[in-house]
Amino acid sequence: MTGPHFGFIAASYGIGFVVVAGLILWTWVDHRVQTRALKALEAANPRRRSAR
Amino acid sequence: MRSPVAAVLTRDLALARGGGAGLGVVFFLIVVTLTPFAIGPDLALLRRIGPAILWLGALLATLLGLDRLLQADHEDGGLDLLHLAPASLGTLVAAKIFAHWLTTGLPLVLAAPLFGVMLDIASQGLGRVTIALLVGTPALACLGAVGAALTVGLRRGGLLVPVLILPLSIPVLIFGVAASGDGPEASGALMALAGLALGYAALGPFAAAGALKALRD
Amino acid sequence: MLRRGRLNLMTIPARRLAPPCGMTSASPMGLISAVSSLANPARFNAFASRATPWLVGATALVLGAGLYQGLFVAPADYQQGETVRIMFLHVPSAWLGMMGFVIMAIASVGVLVWKHPLADVSAKAAAPIGAAFTFLALATGSLWGKPMWGTWWVWDARLTSFLILFLMYLGLMALRSAIEEPSRAAKACAILTLVGSINIPIIKFSVDWWNTLHQPASVIRAGKPAMDSSILIPLLVCALGFTLLFLTLHLVAMRTELIRRRLRTLRITTAAAAFVPEPAE
Repeated sequence: MTGPHFGFIAASYGIGFVVVAGLILWTWVDHRVQTRALKALEAANPRRRSAR
Repeated sequence: MRSPVAAVLTRDLALARGGGAGLGVVFFLIVVTLTPFAIGPDLALLRRIGPAILWLGALLATLLGLDRLLQADHEDGGLDLLHLAPASLGTLVAAKIFAHWLTTGLPLVLAAPLFGVMLDIASQGLGRVTIALLVGTPALACLGAVGAALTVGLRRGGLLVPVLILPLSIPVLIFGVAASGDGPEASGALMALAGLALGYAALGPFAAAGALKALRD
Repeated sequence: MLRRGRLNLMTIPARRLAPPCGMTSASPMGLISAVSSLANPARFNAFASRATPWLVGATALVLGAGLYQGLFVAPADYQQGETVRIMFLHVPSAWLGMMGFVIMAIASVGVLVWKHPLADVSAKAAAPIGAAFTFLALATGSLWGKPMWGTWWVWDARLTSFLILFLMYLGLMALRSAIEEPSRAAKACAILTLVGSINIPIIKFSVDWWNTLHQPASVIRAGKPAMDSSILIPLLVCALGFTLLFLTLHLVAMRTELIRRRLRTLRITTAAAAFVPEPAE
């Protein structure tokens, strides 16, 4: 894995890691935030839960 | 009783006479003026890239002006009347695009040879670039009409239309600049440009009308 | 005019503001004829929450195996040397950038023709993921190009086409963020996606033509010999792994979007209830 172009390979996988990890993190955090907001709202208006 | 298409056409032409049509040409002139400041006053270089500069200027002038195509009608309620008119919305939008092109696109085409002289393009080159713009600007207007219809009523519509439509207009730019050059591929490129113009003229107004219908509350 | 619009939003009975894909419309009566059993958002949600852990596991397994093989087992290419390892990231990213747009195009037909309640949820969720993979394909392509071509960026047909694809993703996301109401945004984005998909072959053809016009056979592109199986198999495993990753992210993002829409409906309902007194029962 060493050679004259090791830097390019490492940079590629580095960027790949950052993009993919960012994507996963963003998807997960967004899911958590929205789920919590929904739970909080449903707890505040228990009557509305029947709408489901 | 005039036909709805003729009514839309005469109305839009009458409205455009009130002013605003010259603004696109002024913008075009400014783009041409800025070029030597950006790359230097070297006439040989300007001559070589002249057709490309004219095309970029015309492309930007066409697309930046397009948000007015439907916006004014949306603001004064004229768009609702178009929906109710006894003609297909696609045909009426086509009439609006044609009126818009006559008042904003055609002046750009007519100004192009004049501005081409400033970029030291030879006389045959001036003819070629003018013909290519004459064929290409209606294609841009038809394509841009879809963007105008999609963004009608949005507060940030102005910059959004070019962002949506410029990537889609790359084929017109490619074939337009190639048709303006003196290479062996120029006549073929002009044919391709004409094909694109016909295709967009056939589909664009109806896609725009579809967007207007879908987005109507 | 603007103020009147705002006021209307508050005083219209909340039922009419419910987005078509909201979970509140999940009762069997309210649904337009279901294309599949998953058309029901509630049933989709149940399926998705059961499928997610399996998908996560499969993604980790396949992607891990593929990357391990690609990075440590596969031999270096005799022409490109070790840089060929960038391919195991670059090619799947490019493939997913295109797949994302195909998903969006199919979903757009679903929005406009079948009026499928999940179609726009799928289209909206796919856009940022597809854009991210398109960006990754561009970045790794540039990093691969530097040692191969000697420059960071070459205006060759493939990179340029991908740049245009990336711009189309950005335009779609900009249009969606500019329209506040979800059902209007759904239709506008669907129309733009379809107009874009009709244009993609034209753009591809014209960019290829432009490329041959300006760079006659000067681009270094070694004739593609049949790829050796020692490289092809890890590449396919990587492609499968990244595809599973895409599907997992897409599924979770769709669930989040359904929750977001339900939240929006609930919030408008509560706001409207505060303005319009409900009739006495």
